[in-house]
Amino acid sequence: MAADQHSPHLAHHFDSMEQQQESSSLGMWLFLAQEVMFFGGLFVAYAVYRFKYPEAFAVASSHLSLGWGAFNTVVLICSSLTMALAVRAGQLGDKRGIIRYLLATIFLASVFLGVKGVEYTEKYNDGLMPGPAFEYTPDFDRYTVPVTAETAPPNFVGNVQLFFSFYFVMTGLHALHMVIGIGLMIWLIVKALRDRFSKEYFTPIEMTGLYWHFVDIVWIFLFPLVYLVWRH
Amino acid sequence: MNDTSPPKRTHYLNAQHTVGSWLFTLDHKRIGLLYLATILLFFLLGGIAAMLFRVELMTPDPTYMESETYNRLFTMHGITMIFFFLIPSIPAVLGNFLLPLMLGTKDLAFPRLNLASWYVFTFGGLLGLGSIIFGGVDTGWTFYTPYSSTYANSNVILAALGIFIAGFGSIMTGINFIVTIHKMRAPGLTWFRLPLFIWAHYATSIIIVLGTPVIAITILLVAIERLFQIGIFDPALGGDPVLFQHLFWFYSHPAVYIMILPGMGVISEIIACFSRKRIFGYKVVALSSLAIAILGFFVWGHHMFVSSQSMYAGMIFSILSFLVAIPSAIKVFNWTATLYGGAIKLDTPMLYALGFIGLFTVGGLTGLFLASMAINVHVHDTYFVVAHFHYVMVGGMVMAFFGGLHFWWPKMTGRHFSELFGRIGAVTIFIGFNLTFFPQFIVGYLGMPRRYHVYPEEFQFLQVMSTGGSAVLALGYLVMAGYLLHSLVLGKKASSNPWRAVGLEWTTPSPPPTENFTTEPYVDYEAYDYTREEVYRDDADEVKGA
Repeated sequence: MAADQHSPHLAHHFDSMEQQQESSSLGMWLFLAQEVMFFGGLFVAYAVYRFKYPEAFAVASSHLSLGWGAFNTVVLICSSLTMALAVRAGQLGDKRGIIRYLLATIFLASVFLGVKGVEYTEKYNDGLMPGPAFEYTPDFDRYTVPVTAETAPPNFVGNVQLFFSFYFVMTGLHALHMVIGIGLMIWLIVKALRDRFSKEYFTPIEMTGLYWHFVDIVWIFLFPLVYLVWRH
Repeated sequence: MNDTSPPKRTHYLNAQHTVGSWLFTLDHKRIGLLYLATILLFFLLGGIAAMLFRVELMTPDPTYMESETYNRLFTMHGITMIFFFLIPSIPAVLGNFLLPLMLGTKDLAFPRLNLASWYVFTFGGLLGLGSIIFGGVDTGWTFYTPYSSTYANSNVILAALGIFIAGFGSIMTGINFIVTIHKMRAPGLTWFRLPLFIWAHYATSIIIVLGTPVIAITILLVAIERLFQIGIFDPALGGDPVLFQHLFWFYSHPAVYIMILPGMGVISEIIACFSRKRIFGYKVVALSSLAIAILGFFVWGHHMFVSSQSMYAGMIFSILSFLVAIPSAIKVFNWTATLYGGAIKLDTPMLYALGFIGLFTVGGLTGLFLASMAINVHVHDTYFVVAHFHYVMVGGMVMAFFGGLHFWWPKMTGRHFSELFGRIGAVTIFIGFNLTFFPQFIVGYLGMPRRYHVYPEEFQFLQVMSTGGSAVLALGYLVMAGYLLHSLVLGKKASSNPWRAVGLEWTTPSPPPTENFTTEPYVDYEAYDYTREEVYRDDADEVKGA
């Protein structure tokens, strides 16, 4: 292969660093567009059922822990801030800053996942895990949602289970994206420790940043969609 | 031509010889060939499945197999042909090989992503293959719920995961193409100087990037529903099986355009070259690719006219489906207008291209029948539909794929195939194809539903004709396999521009060097300018002239 006489970060098939950087950015945005469609399909399916079974979904949603959900939203927004600071540190060529802020982001992400684990366990113990083990007895007197045993649709319990299927799939896929993000950040830290980044070259940090903000935004949609359904 | 045996030249094929140099290659040309080998294997598998059930269909009663086996065979045929052959066929093989060459650049924007896409695709393909080996899938390639998610007694999860994973390979390729076309064009190569092949791939990539994730999530939901026995599309819980159909067709209809647009790109190249003319209405043809890509996202409901969809939704989807005919017709008319007054040569690639125009027109026009709500009710899920989409998919895309493969074969391999056998193969395939699928229009119109192997006796004649045709078709493919393999070893050495075609890929030697071009290309002329003297330049002449 041709010897590189230019910047060591410039791949041989690009003419300039700008071209390489712009290509990476465009590629990442296209990837995110793809992600939007991926979650979009899920959101559409959720919206269809939410519209079809408003009472059951509202009741099911009231079983989620609003406190944990709100706490996690704050945690995730903070992690977006630390991620943005990591990118800024990359621009300044500040190696220690990069590592510090990436570690902070990983910490916040882990807190989020830990809380998610607590929530999942609660749901499991309450028999709200969809599937053969799903166990739910409606208690119409306790609901804040205007629905009674008489007005409830015929397959009320089934519809409640449907909500939890979506709850687990949606938050589960979101959590999976976060785990991948954590993996990417660990890789970035290793690269930073080996002095691979400089003021001229910090594209991977920037791209991971975009990805992380996207994961954050998905949650910003998920939170009201699944946690706040029953509060008008 | 005299064989003057030029001095041995280093090119992308002989630069390195180890197995590792192929399996870890970052060269888009080699990756294209890896894809070629992989998808041809799937084509063979899908073809064998088709031949097996065609034999069964010769008799009205079950003869060689039970319904169970029959269901698994047609599902295997559908899944392998659509997800593991047609969708990657032109983009991943010819697109991969040609995109950087046509753009005058050294490689795709993300060579490692490109290689990864092949591994991901192959892994998905192996899972799909595994689902067949462990007993097959019986849902049909459409995986309709709740049969697939609850009742089917076969390897749905494995096949679904295979398709899910292979889809990521497609998305990687799509992203790579869009970025490369945007950022890596040679100096002077403006958007409206791009070959139509590139425009077609740009449009295709948009569909891939925006559509594939939707099938990914849909098929993942089916797999999750089966695996954890939770309800998503399960009517017992109030789930909606028709929702699955909406999500499925939201991708799978645009996927039809993933399976035809690249073919249209190939045909534009071949028609221009063998009529020695610029494509009539170049800009409109270029933009019609985008129009098809965009409109294609809004017509999925025409698969669901009889699936409890509201009449008004049906009407809208029907009108939108008719609209797709406009950009498609623009292409067909402009190709024929290009042929008009051209200096036409009927070499093998051109035979495929002409076959494409005829067969695609039949496939497209019968699509209008299907888009009309009233007729659709009559022919829905009959052999008429089967014939229609085979005219588009096989008569269109497969013809274009092989046309393109022949056209660029000398460039890819550095060898000529036998022109005589090439023509025999092309004509055999054309005849075999029509013999196979035309009777299916009639049998479907008369009311025979698809996916049954037991049928009233009056359909036997047409079914036997169809099976006979499929044997001819298979023979045509075998002839092709024979002379192409033969050419690899004993074929005449190809010069840089054997067809005297326009395009940057013809300005570099055959096979191209690893870096594609020895001098960086500069483009100061329009696409398909067959009036330019340089077009007719070929390195064989220079050898002779010197």
